[in-house]
Amino acid sequence: MTTIETHATGTAGQPHGSHSVAVVSGTVSTGGLVRWITATDHKLIGRMFVGVSAAGGLGVAVLGVLLGIDRLAADHSVLGLGVVPQLFGAYRVALIYAVLVPALLGLAIAVVPLQLGARSLAFPRLAATGFWLWLIGLILVVITIAANGGPGGGDRKMVEGFLAAHIVVLLGLFAASLALAASVMATRAPGMNMRRVPPFSFAALIGALVSVVALPMVIGGLIYSLVDYRYGGSAFGSSKELWDHVGYGFTQPLTFGFAVAVFGIAIDGLVTSTGKRLPMRGTMFLGFGLVGLGVLGGIVQFAAGVRRNLFDLSFGTALSDIVPFAIVQLLPLLGALIVFGLGGLALSKGRPQASAGAVLGMLGSLLIVAAMLANALYHIGDARLGGTVFEEGTRLYVGYGAVVAVIGGVTHWAPKLWGRMVPTKMVIPLGMLGFVATVLASLPYLIAGFAKQPADAVVFDYSGPKALWNALSLIGHVLMFLTIIGFILVAVGSLTSRNADDRPDAADDPWNGQTLEWATSSPAPENNFAAVPVVTSPEPLLDLKQEAARSA
Amino acid sequence: MIALHAGPEPAPRRQLFVGTALACAGIITLFGGMLATWMRMRTNAIDATGEWLPRKVIVPEVPSNVMLIAFLPLCIFAQWAVYAARRDDRPNAGLALGLTGLMGLAVINGMVFTFNQIRLPVAGGAYNSMFYAVTGTFTLVVVLGVVFTVVCLFRYLGGRSTDREIVSAHALYWYVLAAVFAAVWFVVFVTK
Repeated sequence: MTTIETHATGTAGQPHGSHSVAVVSGTVSTGGLVRWITATDHKLIGRMFVGVSAAGGLGVAVLGVLLGIDRLAADHSVLGLGVVPQLFGAYRVALIYAVLVPALLGLAIAVVPLQLGARSLAFPRLAATGFWLWLIGLILVVITIAANGGPGGGDRKMVEGFLAAHIVVLLGLFAASLALAASVMATRAPGMNMRRVPPFSFAALIGALVSVVALPMVIGGLIYSLVDYRYGGSAFGSSKELWDHVGYGFTQPLTFGFAVAVFGIAIDGLVTSTGKRLPMRGTMFLGFGLVGLGVLGGIVQFAAGVRRNLFDLSFGTALSDIVPFAIVQLLPLLGALIVFGLGGLALSKGRPQASAGAVLGMLGSLLIVAAMLANALYHIGDARLGGTVFEEGTRLYVGYGAVVAVIGGVTHWAPKLWGRMVPTKMVIPLGMLGFVATVLASLPYLIAGFAKQPADAVVFDYSGPKALWNALSLIGHVLMFLTIIGFILVAVGSLTSRNADDRPDAADDPWNGQTLEWATSSPAPENNFAAVPVVTSPEPLLDLKQEAARSA
Repeated sequence: MIALHAGPEPAPRRQLFVGTALACAGIITLFGGMLATWMRMRTNAIDATGEWLPRKVIVPEVPSNVMLIAFLPLCIFAQWAVYAARRDDRPNAGLALGLTGLMGLAVINGMVFTFNQIRLPVAGGAYNSMFYAVTGTFTLVVVLGVVFTVVCLFRYLGGRSTDREIVSAHALYWYVLAAVFAAVWFVVFVTK
């Protein structure tokens, strides 16, 4: 028996049905709450991560709107000055650890084993435990902030609870990242060496390794803060100063390391849409690795910037600033530019279809490159941007940029995860709206940063159209909320529709794919493949199709 | 008919060993970050007040030295278990794992003894809270190591003696903990 058998194709929504191949094996599990709670199927775990992080994305947009409204009235606080620091705290935690990291991690957990030709994720129970720890921690974070915990909170017990819950959130993400990284390193199909791993899987590996290395450092800082705060707060300050020692875990360049999988979505989508082989894979992977060097921002635990009046400094002093700045802040940017350059080369080799993975992946990547440029500027002392909203604008570019890319990724791989197509024609405009929303939410803060609008403050004064910048950003958050809601409605409508004419079942290979996930049935069965396939090139399915075309 | 060729059974790529190595990387960065913060706070305190270690506090060095020494036989026993497992020598593997667990318990005992001897309240200053945060977290990862040893031992006693990978992963975990404790010992107990 062969590993992968052909089966009847020609299903509606199948533009390239002639060469579709699929595994007919396993069963798609039965429903029920117990199935979700005890899930060990990587597709289910990944979907749960993505689903909850979509709710997190809505929460972030709502917080952005609330804080935006408060910032519009720059001379007084609408919400109350006692609440504002906690909302800023929640906004920051949620953007990175309820949206950026889990959304990309969830998509990777769902897709990567399929791309690797693996029958399951390595340590699926660990990944499931990670999900539940993350979710429970997240719920506790919300509860403690609502009960006057969180940064600047007045209830000591709740502040302690907030710190402990935060540790639980990070432990959950660490566990799931470990399972994902181990999967790429140890469950690849025979013949699939590291150079043959699909771009998204490689980028996801880099992102998971960044989490495995960086999250424990943030956890260590939080343990110090928790013990110290519990027993008097003499070393790490009051509840208002909780962030001072772990701030690197919530900002750039570490977030670039978390977001590296966005570039993977873009390249995978692009390559699939052109139908051509990816050129210069090794260099491309080097680019992913350089983006992952954002992890150095977490390891060195200091802002590697260039101090003011650089040209007045002695050569040695200037060099001692420039070298760390170049390594920590500029190398990730170089990596992103390499990926973009090679993506352009791939694009020039074929006539791409307008696929959501390619278009939204590239838009998301573009937003992250914008964040990298802004971040480099932020760390140049002469720009005098420290302590301003400029940093928040940069962070929004990364977080919302990842949301745009994940929308594209979910649409691209929906056939394997749900067995249904999410309509590209509806998703691409929504993603573009998300792109506009991100620029609107972020760019005004970059401008306001130059005008010295302070970070994490709702009462401020500066000359210039402060109401305009804050109103534009507010509109950006509203549009992002609408983007996420719109995508949820489109996706849920497509995935749950019982009308076969309106929403057809997905074909096994709807995008004329090249990699192994398109060689199994849609939706992928519980064990993915009946038997593990042998791989002899980075594009095993394309080989097969070309061979079939030659022999035909 | 189009089909990819069926492969052989999945190659044993040592998932557990790789997973343990990744967890060890996390433990190294956890303590690397904590010790880096310790040194920064220590330097800041000495620069500001000339004092870091509270007066009248004597850090008990004997139990910390004993703990460091205990890690040597602990690693030897863990490696002995690997050696025996590779030769399907169940009695020796079981004995080595038992001794490894015992040494792990000795390290926990040493840490608890230190907590009792130092007479340092948790509240009262930066040194106090940070001392307990670092040593407490280390005790927690040692407890996890002992649990790992017990799981290994039960699998052996249960007859799964062909599963050698877990014994190698277990040894790796203890090696890393020994290296981490050497750093903790130097920063927290020697330079203080």
